[in-house]
Amino acid sequence: MKLTINQKSYELDVDIRTTVLDVCREHLGLTGPKKGCDHGQCGACTVLINGRRINSCLTLAVMHEGDEITTVEGLGTPEQLSPLQVAFIDEDAFQCGYCTSGQLCSAVGVIDELKHNWPSHVSPHVEGHIDITDAEIAERMSGNICRCAAYPNIVRAVKRIAVQTLCDEQKSHPNPRARNTKKSVMVQAEEQV
Amino acid sequence: MKTFAYYRAEQPQQASHLLASHSGKFIAGGTNLLDLMKLQLETPIALVDISRLPLTDIEKTPDGGLKIGAMVTNSDLAADAQIRKYYPVLSKALLAGASGQLRNKASTGGNLLQRTRCYYFYAPDSACNKRKPGSGCPALAGKNRMLAILGISEHCIAQHPSDMAVALRALGASVQTQLADGASRQIDLADFYLKPEDHPERETVLAHGELITHVILPPPVAGQQTYKKIRDRASYAFALTSLAMIAEVKAGSSIDEQRFNHVQLAFGGIGVMPWRNPAVEQLLTSQPANHALFHAAADLLLQDAKGSGENDFKISLTRRLLVSALSDALKGALS
Repeated sequence: MKLTINQKSYELDVDIRTTVLDVCREHLGLTGPKKGCDHGQCGACTVLINGRRINSCLTLAVMHEGDEITTVEGLGTPEQLSPLQVAFIDEDAFQCGYCTSGQLCSAVGVIDELKHNWPSHVSPHVEGHIDITDAEIAERMSGNICRCAAYPNIVRAVKRIAVQTLCDEQKSHPNPRARNTKKSVMVQAEEQV
Repeated sequence: MKTFAYYRAEQPQQASHLLASHSGKFIAGGTNLLDLMKLQLETPIALVDISRLPLTDIEKTPDGGLKIGAMVTNSDLAADAQIRKYYPVLSKALLAGASGQLRNKASTGGNLLQRTRCYYFYAPDSACNKRKPGSGCPALAGKNRMLAILGISEHCIAQHPSDMAVALRALGASVQTQLADGASRQIDLADFYLKPEDHPERETVLAHGELITHVILPPPVAGQQTYKKIRDRASYAFALTSLAMIAEVKAGSSIDEQRFNHVQLAFGGIGVMPWRNPAVEQLLTSQPANHALFHAAADLLLQDAKGSGENDFKISLTRRLLVSALSDALKGALS
């Protein structure tokens, strides 16, 4: 089977039962995603497939031929960290680091979902604009658990980059409705300071 | 995980045909099936991959309802503009379930068919009438805090864990399927699930190889739509009890004599299937709406409810949830 991971193409001959997680870790030396529970309950295995965050332990490699898979290794390198990775360091958003690969990939997914104005369980209304609050970030990240309890700082880091990313989006948007969005995003940022 | 033959289907009828020829199971999102296969609770000899079937659209039906493709992910369904506008209870229910990662992969059809999370069902070495008919039900006298109080039998008290299915039941949804011979049928969700009775291993009316292709929603009805879920944690936990409600308060009712015009209610966490009782809804629209009526409705809903020890609390908790939700609906209409 042929898989594309972090923009590289791999030709693989693996057991049909191999999950995307095991392909990464056991066959390709991509040990970023972690096997925390192997049952989709902890989120440490979170990767992005076609830009969407999923639990890589709960999907078969064979089902993803032709898909674009991104692991934490594809988000940035030690020499060139992504802004989100820098934020995790600045905000002290990890201790042992075991959940962190999954937190990062999940956060990338969260930010994309916010860009598409997806509501969440804590959104006051399922329609209309979604405000980026601590409660929204915590709810959206609830599929990633952290035994070290770095949660407050994870929320801080993700929220900062979410606000920044959505702000940057609005700057390039000619739509007057989007200007309202930018304003509320800026209000959130001010509240944070 | 036991090994299996793998087939990928391009078209729905091909999928049914593949399963009929090779036995085994369909796999869509895989978020429940692979979990079960890792524990060898499911050991299909073949998997027919239906994840790429062209069943990802949400289209209007001629009568003004919606037709949801079975491969639409839970996330996409919850975020759909039409669902959010006309069927918000469905969006709210979906968002109350699982995690973002799981919702991104789970399919509409798969969510309906997810299995119970009963501790004994999930323990491969345990007796369980659902997995091994006739072996017994340890839950009756054991760990049953999360299990059902309605629709149960002495053979099985497993609860249906889905939030989405509860909202669909409240909305009066039906399921469209495709059989191996090409025939298709539409099954009201009210008739889709089976009570355990003496055959807990049979959970739905689906025949082997029968593929869910769509979920059909009737035209939207008037009324406030809410989903309330009570659980141990603020997120990422199953319901102890939950309620999907569509409630229309009669316009122009005075504060002293408010009435419900129309009510649709379904409960999660407490039933062997999403639980809807039309008699409760009829009662609620037959008289002025007040606390006495709400409690009478709860009496009717819970008259056959039976706790098995650790889940006895669900009876009073469900009563309070219903009364509180109905009160809120009245207050909401006044403002």
